[in-house]
Amino acid sequence: MRKDKLIVTASVAALIIGFVLLAWMYQDKQSKKLETARLQNESNLDRSHSPSLGPANAKVTLVEFMDPECESCRAFYPFVKKIMADNEGQIRLVIRYTLFHGNSELAASLLEASRLQGKFWQTLEYFFEYQPQWGSHHNPRPELLWEYLPKIGLDVDQLKKDLQNPVIAKNIATDAVDGNLLGVRQTPSFFINGKPLKEFGYQQLKSAIEMEIQK
Amino acid sequence: MSWYLIFFSWLVAMIATLGSLFFSEVMSFPPCVLCWYQRICMYPLTLILLTGLFPLKKEVFKFSFPIVLVGWTISIYHNLLYYKLIPESAAPCSQGISCTTSYISWAGFITIPLLALMAFTTIGILLLVFKRKYSEKR
Repeated sequence: MRKDKLIVTASVAALIIGFVLLAWMYQDKQSKKLETARLQNESNLDRSHSPSLGPANAKVTLVEFMDPECESCRAFYPFVKKIMADNEGQIRLVIRYTLFHGNSELAASLLEASRLQGKFWQTLEYFFEYQPQWGSHHNPRPELLWEYLPKIGLDVDQLKKDLQNPVIAKNIATDAVDGNLLGVRQTPSFFINGKPLKEFGYQQLKSAIEMEIQK
Repeated sequence: MSWYLIFFSWLVAMIATLGSLFFSEVMSFPPCVLCWYQRICMYPLTLILLTGLFPLKKEVFKFSFPIVLVGWTISIYHNLLYYKLIPESAAPCSQGISCTTSYISWAGFITIPLLALMAFTTIGILLLVFKRKYSEKR
């Protein structure tokens, strides 16, 4: 090979290797940083203000950071319910909000207000079911959420009063801060007995939970 | 010797290109509008200068210098904005990522816009030296 070609080829190779190596080092450093932050904030994972389902002394605590307007959360919800049903009494599900969409804050506030009437899960399931209508990306219609409320059997006047309660906004804000500190960057994000689900997927979630149950 | 002038210009363009990709793709810094315009000038240099190297053509100056000059001008403007030498209200980037957002500050003064300006300046000077050497030969 001629000298000039050799120099250029070697430079290209060196630059690419350097790039990949630096990228790898950077990502490694970042993930270590995230892990440290997560460990420091582990106690903030399971807050008493959060809605939860299942016995308090369940073997597995599954914390889900989610957004009522997020499509993947909607798609994943039946799987979570199935895992809960298959392992009845073994799992306690804790819901926390990570709100990324335009109307998710309204939806979360309505959910919290419906919780005061003891209808959190019904409302969540209803919101998920009709999410393609109220939460469509091209034509979001948040006003539809209000129309759903009486159909779920909620006292809308009471709910409007409860929405003024500053605790609702405070809890949603706490969830946002905690999610950020715990490294939640996407929804849904799952934590199984404090450990984050590293690789996202139904099968992965299922086996991670089963492993904790068998422990 | 002239070959090395173009080679080093190419090397600087390569480092600038990969560096900017590192900032946006690996470190996930979203590039601002002015950064995109500078990228438009910097990225093609990696191919244009490479073509000029095999075999070495004196026309490589003609083909690459105007792009370097445009990139350099945008870079000067960006740096003036960044270091507040001209007010930001005059900036074309009022929405999206602000062109004066600071992402890195190495040794207290080295920032991404400054790195870009250094790259364009270095390439420009190398190309000018190359052109002079070539005309002296005749």
